[in-house]
Amino acid sequence: MSGRIVHIASNTFREAVRDRVLYNLIAFALLLSGAAILVGQISIDIEKLVVINLGLTAVSLFGVVIAIFIGIGLVSKEIEKRTLYTVLSRPVRRWEFIVGKFFGLAGTLVVNTFFMAIGVFGALLYVAHRFNKPDAWVLVALYFIILQFLMICALGLLFSSFSSPLLSAVFAFALFVIGSFAEDLRGFAAMAHGVSRWLATGAAYLVPNFSALNVISSVAHEQAVSGQLIWYNTGYALLYAAMALCGAVLIFEHRDLK
Amino acid sequence: MAAIEIIGLEKTYSVGFWRKRPKRALLPLQLAVEEGEIFGFLGPNGAGKTTTLKLLMGLVFPTSGSARILGMEWSDPRVKAQIGFLPEQPYFYDYLTARELLEYYAQLSGVPAKDRRPRVEAVLHRVGLPDVGGVQLRKFSKGMLQRVGIAQAILHEPRVVFLDEPMSGLDPMGRREVRDLMEQLKHEGKTVFFSTHILADAEALCDRVAIIHLGELRGVGVVADLTSSVHGRVEMVWQGTVVPLSIRALGAECHVTGDTVRAVLAEENQDAAIETLRREHLRLISVIPVRASLEDYFVQKLKPEEKMAGVTA
Ligand SMILES: Nc1ncnc2c1ncn2[C@@H]1O[C@H](COP(=O)(O)OP(=O)(O)OP(=O)(O)O)[C@@H](O)[C@H]1O
Ligand SMILES: [Mg+2]
Repeated sequence: MSGRIVHIASNTFREAVRDRVLYNLIAFALLLSGAAILVGQISIDIEKLVVINLGLTAVSLFGVVIAIFIGIGLVSKEIEKRTLYTVLSRPVRRWEFIVGKFFGLAGTLVVNTFFMAIGVFGALLYVAHRFNKPDAWVLVALYFIILQFLMICALGLLFSSFSSPLLSAVFAFALFVIGSFAEDLRGFAAMAHGVSRWLATGAAYLVPNFSALNVISSVAHEQAVSGQLIWYNTGYALLYAAMALCGAVLIFEHRDLK
Repeated sequence: MAAIEIIGLEKTYSVGFWRKRPKRALLPLQLAVEEGEIFGFLGPNGAGKTTTLKLLMGLVFPTSGSARILGMEWSDPRVKAQIGFLPEQPYFYDYLTARELLEYYAQLSGVPAKDRRPRVEAVLHRVGLPDVGGVQLRKFSKGMLQRVGIAQAILHEPRVVFLDEPMSGLDPMGRREVRDLMEQLKHEGKTVFFSTHILADAEALCDRVAIIHLGELRGVGVVADLTSSVHGRVEMVWQGTVVPLSIRALGAECHVTGDTVRAVLAEENQDAAIETLRREHLRLISVIPVRASLEDYFVQKLKPEEKMAGVTA
C-alpha cells in the first residue's frame, strides 16, 4: 500500500465535489421534504411506513445513478481525455490507480449517503415527531445500501476497463436491475433441468445479489434485521467488490491506452 | 552509460471493428541516446514518434522488444521517478488550478512534502506562468496548457525528459523560451529526448537526431553529418533579364527581379552554368553555396511516393 493510493483517492473525491455531483443532494432534500409533507397530510397511521419506504428507495436509486455515472466516467474519461498519460508516467502502478479511484468514489458515495440519510431522518421526524427504537434498523438498511454502492462502483470500474462509457453504463444498470431479482433468478434456476440448470444456476450466482441487500420494506414494517444477515451481507458485498476490482485491475494492467 | 537504450522495440496495432487488420506503427527500432544529450526524434506525421514515446512510457505494450532507461529495465518502477514526460497535446484535470495539479503530481512523483510548495512555484516561474497558478486549467489557452505540460514534466527534477512535440501550440516567444529551457536542462546534465517535425528546432538544438518514417528508422547522427550526405545546392545571381535555355535545362529554379536573375541549382551543375553565362556574355554577380538543411535531407531521403503515405495510410 502506498500514499499514492490515498492521493489518487482524495483527488477523485475532489473531482466529484468540484463537478457538483453532490448538488443532487439539494434535489433529493427538496423531493423528500415535499413528499413527507404530502404523506403527512394524506395518510393516517401508515405515514412512517410510506416515508421510510419512499425515502430509502430514493436514497438507493439516486445513489445507484450517481455510482454508475461517476464510477464509469472516472476511468473512461481519463483514458479518453488522456489525463492518464501524465499520471501513469509517474511512479504509479496501474493497480494503484484503479484502487485509488475506487476508494475515492466509495468515499464520495458514503458522504453522499450520509447527507441523504439526514434527509430521511428529518422527514421521519416530521411525520412521527419523535424517533422510536425500531428506527435504528433504518441505519442498517442504509448500511446495506452503501454496500450495494460499493459493488456497483467496482462493477462500473470493471466494465469501463474494457468497454465504452455508454455500454458500461448499460451493463451496470442492467446488472443492478437483474441483481435486484437475484433471489428469484436462483429460484427459477432450481426449477430447470440438465445442463440448462447448471448454466442458469451459475448465472444466477454470478450476478450481484442485491435482493439480499434490500431490506427496505421489512425495515419499514419495523421488523428486525438479524445479526447473521448483517455479517453475511458485509462479507458477500466486500468479497464481490474485491473480485470485480481484481477483474478490473487484471484487464487494465494489460491494455493499451488510446 | 546510455540514458535510453531501445532494443528492437516494435508495435503493431490491430485496427478495424469487425475484421482486425494489423497496422505496423513501429518496425523493430534500435536506438541509443547518451546521457546529457539533446536528442531529436524526427519524422513526418504518422511516422511513429508518438508510438515510440508511448511505448517507452509503458502506456502501450510492445509487440516485441524492450528498452533500458538509465541502465534499468524500463518496467522497473524506480525508472518512473527519474523520468519526466510531456505528451502530445497534453490535457489535464481541468477542475484543478495549475498549482493544485502540480502539487498533486509532485505527490505522485514522491517529492517530499516540504519541498512541494517551493518546487511548484519555481517551476511555474520557469515555464513563464508565474501569475496564473491559482487559475483553473479549464480557463487555460492551448499554449498555456503546453507550458503546464512542460512544467509537470520537469517538476520532480527527472534525469531524463521525454517531450512529444514540445513547441507545438506555442507562440514565437514561447518557442524561444522552450528552446532555452531545453538548453538549460542539458547544462544541468539532464538528457532530453524530444520528437518534432519542425526541422529548424531540431537543427538549432540537437546534439544528434534520428529520422523515422513509416515506422522505420532512416538515419541517426549529428545534424551536420546527416546533411552533408545530401547534395548541396548553390545560388547564382547574374545581371540581365534573360535565362539561357541551357541553364533551365540544368534544373535551376530561376527568379527575375529588376535587372538581376537569381537561380538555385545543384552544386554539380555549377561549372556548366558558369560556362554558359560566359558564352552568353552575361555578368555573374555571385555564387553562394546553400547549406544543406534537414529539410533537404527529408526531401531527398524520403522517396516521393512515400511522402504522403504516412498521412493517407
Ligand atoms: N491506437 C492506434 N491504433 C491504430 N493505429 C494507430 C494507433 N495509434 C497510432 N496508430 C498509427 O500508427 C502510426 C504512427 O502514429 P504516431 O502517432 O506514432 O505518429 P507520429 O509520428 O506521432 O505523428 P504526428 O507527427 O502526426 O504526431 C500512424 O499510422 C497511426 O495511424
Ligand atoms: Mg505524434
